[in-house]
Amino acid sequence: MSTQKVEVTVNGTSYHAEVDPRLALVDFLRDELGLTGTHTGCEQGVCGSCTVLVDGTSVLSCLMLAVQADGTEISTVEGLSRGEQMHSLQEAFWEKQGLQCGYCTPGMLMRAKEILATNPIPTAAEVREGIAGNLCRCTGYQFIVESILDAADRANA
Amino acid sequence: MKSAPFSYHAPASIAEALVLKAAHSGNSAILAGGQSLMPLMRFRIANPANLIDINRIDELSYIRRVNGTLTIGALTRHADVLASTAAQVAAPLLVEAVGHVGHAQIRHRGTIAGSAAHADPSAEIPAALMALGAQMQCSSRSGTRSVPAEDFFMGPFSTAIADNEILTEVRIPEWPEGTGSAWLELTRIYHGFPVVGVGALIHISDGTIDRASVGMCGMAGTPIVSEAATAALVGNAPSTELIEDTTSTAIDGLQPPADVHGSTAYRLRAGRAYIKRTLTAAIRNAGGVV
Repeated sequence: MSTQKVEVTVNGTSYHAEVDPRLALVDFLRDELGLTGTHTGCEQGVCGSCTVLVDGTSVLSCLMLAVQADGTEISTVEGLSRGEQMHSLQEAFWEKQGLQCGYCTPGMLMRAKEILATNPIPTAAEVREGIAGNLCRCTGYQFIVESILDAADRANA
Repeated sequence: MKSAPFSYHAPASIAEALVLKAAHSGNSAILAGGQSLMPLMRFRIANPANLIDINRIDELSYIRRVNGTLTIGALTRHADVLASTAAQVAAPLLVEAVGHVGHAQIRHRGTIAGSAAHADPSAEIPAALMALGAQMQCSSRSGTRSVPAEDFFMGPFSTAIADNEILTEVRIPEWPEGTGSAWLELTRIYHGFPVVGVGALIHISDGTIDRASVGMCGMAGTPIVSEAATAALVGNAPSTELIEDTTSTAIDGLQPPADVHGSTAYRLRAGRAYIKRTLTAAIRNAGGVV
């Protein structure tokens, strides 16, 4: 079971590594690169908390192998803010109480980023449909939907 | 839980993949979107010694219309089908069914052929392919054979793909212009796995149904297509009575397996309701008045 080379760019920084082929992308990000913002939830593609963007597309990083990410550009929650300046989505989640325990938040934010990138002025129904793959056990989703709509307003203001 | 160790192969061509599949016959799995296989490997239900990742084979990603047939490559993802005008025109039933598969992240990675090869009896895609009369192209080093969907799905999570073969393409014959189709399903949670799903295709000519097909998931150990429903519909004018009679005929004799999501009796009742609704919708989409 030989190791495999992986070259990835994560949030603009390039990394070279040798990985066990069975290593999931989420475990690579967390354990090898120390980027623990991306959360491991169900590890079976149900909860969405491990959502990251691979070449701009949201994927479940628990169901992708690290070796499959070779040559890709990955965006994780750590890449959202500019230094102390939070991303408009983060500000909106903060102000609209779009999180309580925060476990689902990194996945929610990355999926929301993609939703707004493809549909800058979504309706509430489109946001609800868009985050259907991200489970939250605290908020009942209402504040998350309001946060994403608020972030859309900020970006379009 | 983490997967058991395996040897990883990432072939760059179909030919290379087929050589690997033959070399590791009986001891390998094909990794396409991974949205079903990866969880199985994590639960250690699937423990392939060799994982053959086809994601680097660009020639397997396509949607084409060729002589009245929609062809879909083994690496074509659900999201590709949803975004495809060709698929929407040639097989709207498939596109409608794909819209119910998982959620956005799943559809970004998961593939049509992967869902077919996984052969979950409660999943949308195998049942839609049955209703559509799809042909499954199974390739090996010695060539490609075309397996009709009804011979392809052999049991729960079991297909006609041989150990040395890869499902390289799905071929869907186009139905005539004016065909009405519909896919409806019952789920426990939003975008969850269907307890029961029904897909129907109806073509009406001079007020009479001249072609019809009804596929179902969650109603047997495999996806099924109801020949009894086709026989009951063809040659008749659409009416509420015809829908009632066809629904009873299609349900008759089915014994859906019970599980935590529904007993046999529950699935029969749900199946009856969903066949009726789906037939009504498909007939209306075909221009019929019911």
